Amino acid sequence: MEHVIEISNLVKAYALGGAVVRALDGVSFWVGQGERVAVTGPSGSGKSTLMNILGCLGRPDEGEYLLAGKNVSSLPSSELARVRNRYIGFVFQTFNLLPRLTALENVELPLLYGGIRGSRARAENALETVGLRDRMHHAPNQLSGGQRQRVAIARAIVTDPAILLADEPTGNLDSKTGRDIMALFDELHRQGRTVIMVTHDPGLASLCTRQIHIIDGRIANGVPAGEGN
Amino acid sequence: MLFFTTCKMAMRNLLANKLRSLLSMLGIIIGVSAVIVMLAVGAGAQARVLEHVTALGSNLIMVMPGQPRSGGVRGGAVETLLPEDAVAMREKVPGIRGLSPVVRGSGQFKYYNRNKQASIMGVNSEYLRIRNFSIDQGRAFTDLEIEQRAKVALLGSDTAKELFGTSPAVREKIKINGQVFQVVGVLKPKGTQGPFSFDDQALVPYTTAMHRMLGTDYLSEIDIQIVEGVKQAEVQIALERLLRLRHKILPEKEDDFNVRNMAEMVAAVTSISQTFTLLLGAVAAISMVVGGIGIMNIMLVTVTERTREIGVRKAIGAQDRDILVQFLLESTVMSSLGGFLGVVAGISIALCSSWVTTFSAVIEFRSGAMALLFAVGVGIFFGFYPARRAAQLDPIDALGRE
Ligand SMILES: Nc1ncnc2c1ncn2[C@@H]1O[C@H](COP(=O)(O)OP(=O)(O)OP(=O)(O)O)[C@@H](O)[C@H]1O
Ligand SMILES: [Mg+2]
Repeated sequence: MEHVIEISNLVKAYALGGAVVRALDGVSFWVGQGERVAVTGPSGSGKSTLMNILGCLGRPDEGEYLLAGKNVSSLPSSELARVRNRYIGFVFQTFNLLPRLTALENVELPLLYGGIRGSRARAENALETVGLRDRMHHAPNQLSGGQRQRVAIARAIVTDPAILLADEPTGNLDSKTGRDIMALFDELHRQGRTVIMVTHDPGLASLCTRQIHIIDGRIANGVPAGEGN
Repeated sequence: MLFFTTCKMAMRNLLANKLRSLLSMLGIIIGVSAVIVMLAVGAGAQARVLEHVTALGSNLIMVMPGQPRSGGVRGGAVETLLPEDAVAMREKVPGIRGLSPVVRGSGQFKYYNRNKQASIMGVNSEYLRIRNFSIDQGRAFTDLEIEQRAKVALLGSDTAKELFGTSPAVREKIKINGQVFQVVGVLKPKGTQGPFSFDDQALVPYTTAMHRMLGTDYLSEIDIQIVEGVKQAEVQIALERLLRLRHKILPEKEDDFNVRNMAEMVAAVTSISQTFTLLLGAVAAISMVVGGIGIMNIMLVTVTERTREIGVRKAIGAQDRDILVQFLLESTVMSSLGGFLGVVAGISIALCSSWVTTFSAVIEFRSGAMALLFAVGVGIFFGFYPARRAAQLDPIDALGRE
């Protein structure tokens, strides 16, 4: 199986008023193409910190991160921005749509930043995939929470990224809507996308091909990296 | 494509905060419109003054008593110019086309029960041509009348109107300071210059004014019109040399008269208006800086408010440059819109003012274009720091901790 992600010994530390908090304390694993991985763990264990580094929003203090075979752990920020644009789709807990843009414009934006032609048709297709074609000219505040998250997912997949990252994507939704969103991720996974998702719901986690349990910045489920399946 | 969307976004953001955008543009609007108004009015005033100066007569040289540096002291204060000086000038200085001694005074005019205070100019018959006056009714003085110190008067149009109304004035008898004069003619209206009106006066022979009215042997001024094409400076030098000789002024002493020409007065007016323009430039610069600071301030607030948006944009792949351009565009759109509104407001105010007052404002396309250009520059300059701050935000910090 081809490794889309390979990380070894990731360390991320924060200085908090003299004390040093090691949010990530030597994390290593890999993720294969087409896998669906759940990241679990108690609050404050370092899940979001891990996702931010996987999403190239920040760099690790130590360790190595290979994304699609490319070492991205110490790229300059302009390069990181390109990597985020090309290889990563990020879905946030709070949707993070731009309020003054319509659904379609929100979805189109990554393509515009990537300088990709035919952005409009691709954005419409992505909205079609998440089942919101009929709402594409609505502003975010005219959509329900679940619909907003669908738009956010469409925005994440519109560039056809190598990995789809989601940090508690159902955290702000009621359980019924949450299940719908999970079903959508299921569908995307079946289409062959690699999905890494933080979730607190053990039920949802068990649906995934593999779980990575983190406690205090370390992998704690005792399963050596990549051997869960 | 991205640029187009960014422009659209900038407009939407400005419209979403209409009042706020307007308030932050206010500095620029006021600055630009003030400058446009003042430039327009200033240019109008200058045009008007120059118009009057040339109406006085081109190729005009005025010789006045008193030292050159005593500035605008009017004739009469110093007594050095004699009628004989005028005669000698005409005989000895080449290039003179016409010449008139001038004696100034003022008097009480009376026609039956109508009274009027007006200034009296004692002149000769050439004065009308030198100063571009023309006769509406009647005739000018004759040389004989000048020689005989005749009590005849040419009335300015306002003077005539006040004394006679619509009835004819020519050949009527009036009293000036108690003496009976015959009106021989009425002048065409010529307008005013500052506090001085050309139409609110009366012309009498200078000999009459000197000996029968004011009792003086001296002149207030000698007005000289030079022949077309002759160099003003040459005539001026010849006049000065002649007068120094006649007044027996020792080489190390200063002149006891001064010679002025229209070119100098035009230059003076122009230099005053240049100073005025410079001052306006300073005012404009200050108001632009104030306006710019206003925009910078609001942009800093905007960047803070939209930190999360910046984080999201970066998360989906916006480069620092993209964010920089986005915020620069917003500040520039704001400042140029302010500049545009300022130009519109300025032009309307200038037009209104020229409608209400007698000043005709001269609106120059150049000043509007300059103001707009400046406004754009201000937007870029003062928008740069907030935009750079936005561009340099760390994506994780900007997204905030959820
Ligand atoms: N910017 C920061 N500055 C200081 N400390 C931080 C920062 N970001 C994270 N931390 C610390 O790092 C640790 C891990 O935080 P993180 O957000 O990764 O936890 P999490 O597993 O996502 O928790 P939750 O389930 O509540 O979202 C926490 O102890 C947190 O206090
Ligand atoms: Mg978290």
